[in-house]
Amino acid sequence: MLEIDCPWCGHRAEIEFAYGGEADIARPGDPAALNDAAWAAYLFSRRNPKGWHREQWWHLHGCRRWLVVERDTVTYTIRATHPIGSTTPVGVGGERE
Amino acid sequence: MAAVSRYSWRALLGRALAAGRGWPTLWRRAEPRRHYDVVIVGGGGHGLATAYYLASVHGIRNVAVLERAWVGGGNTGRNTTIVRSNYLWDEAARLYELGLELWETLSGELNFNVMFSQRGVFNLGHSPQEMREITRRVEANRLNGIDSELVDSEALGRMVPGLDVSAGARYPILGASYQPRGGVARHDAVAWGYARAADALGVDIVERCEVTGIVQEAGAAVGVQTNRGFIGCASLGVVVAGHAGVLAEMAGFRLPVESHPLQALVSEPIKPVLDTVIMSNAVHGYLSQSDKGELVIGAGIDHYNGYGQRGSFQIIEGTIAAVKALFPAFSRLRMLRQWGGIVDVCPDACPIVGRTPVDRLYFNCGWGTGGFKATPASGWVFAHTIAHDAPHALNAPFSLDRFVTGRLVDEHGAAGVAH
Repeated sequence: MLEIDCPWCGHRAEIEFAYGGEADIARPGDPAALNDAAWAAYLFSRRNPKGWHREQWWHLHGCRRWLVVERDTVTYTIRATHPIGSTTPVGVGGERE
Repeated sequence: MAAVSRYSWRALLGRALAAGRGWPTLWRRAEPRRHYDVVIVGGGGHGLATAYYLASVHGIRNVAVLERAWVGGGNTGRNTTIVRSNYLWDEAARLYELGLELWETLSGELNFNVMFSQRGVFNLGHSPQEMREITRRVEANRLNGIDSELVDSEALGRMVPGLDVSAGARYPILGASYQPRGGVARHDAVAWGYARAADALGVDIVERCEVTGIVQEAGAAVGVQTNRGFIGCASLGVVVAGHAGVLAEMAGFRLPVESHPLQALVSEPIKPVLDTVIMSNAVHGYLSQSDKGELVIGAGIDHYNGYGQRGSFQIIEGTIAAVKALFPAFSRLRMLRQWGGIVDVCPDACPIVGRTPVDRLYFNCGWGTGGFKATPASGWVFAHTIAHDAPHALNAPFSLDRFVTGRLVDEHGAAGVAH
């Protein structure tokens, strides 16, 4: 069970959250101007790193806000969490054991 | 004394008279050579099957399988062993059905008992809408010549004692699809059997050999950097499951897959109580009973990306809740062992097998939570693809470029897990 430091609610258990996938993916401003390869890259291509990952989580059973988490996908250590749109990390967290 | 190369009752008798001496190791600990016709990265079931069929079907024996850890130590050694072919779309059904047909003769083909037990597979339906979808899939299977039947809850109750088919169940079972030719196999044996058979045909299996880079010249793959030096090749096949993205990055392109933990667990061994395979999408769990008596239980992925070969405990709790809902008597059982794999999940729950943006480089990945059943088929079509520099008819629909053309093959329903 991960422990995630919600920027608004503080340290909460993973089951209060829903996972939202890779962060920092900007929706194209003019989709009609993209060719198929570029549109496919937006829809499907993902970094999927073995290591540090910036990802989105939704505090579904709490404040219901979205946050960005920086987590290592091997150790599951969380080094930072912050509101989407902000680059200032707020808290830490990680695996509860 | 002469070492045994082929298993038979005669060999067994001979070795018994020699007090058990003379059994050879299953495969050589090969020293990697500097160049091969084909290098396969990934020594799991799929990679070893690929090497075996390259040698046995295509006559290409100058092959090395490079495995960073030990043979079958990845997802091949961590799955819940279910084998079936009852997928919805023609493209997927035909590929998995090839797998099932290969399974049916595999032990004889490999001279190694993979313990393939065709005990049937049930996919349960818990709502009228699920039953409509199941009916549709059963009819689609029949049109493709795949054995598939619709079973109502009364028949289920007779065929699977212990299953709660009462109207008072929290998620009542209305019926199921049934594939009699489906079942389970001994997952480790598949890896060992293919490894032994490939080795006997001259394939070098190199364990503790980790690929650290893919070397290209003029847009074509010419070899790999490893922790044991550079190994050159004319063709390079990568089949590494959850690490597909890591290897793709070495080659300079990205995949539409994400790696997630997939957990599974076994109960303490008990007397035979379940003689088939039960799967439920809605309640979300699947189980069978191994020949050792343990219930082998699995469900869905942890939703976060993960390479840690472990996940969060609430997934296990949810899985056990599903098992209890289906088989109330199993609530008494203690769970013995729990583990996780790293599954590479594709947006349409179908694999990617074929060519890549780099010439002479072929990728086989994206099997997600359902790769074990396809082990022989995956190896068969991947070997063809490498040997011909073109896909087999059965993996042609599963190209990397389907995500650009839009020709996805959506098997989330038949894949049976909630991604």
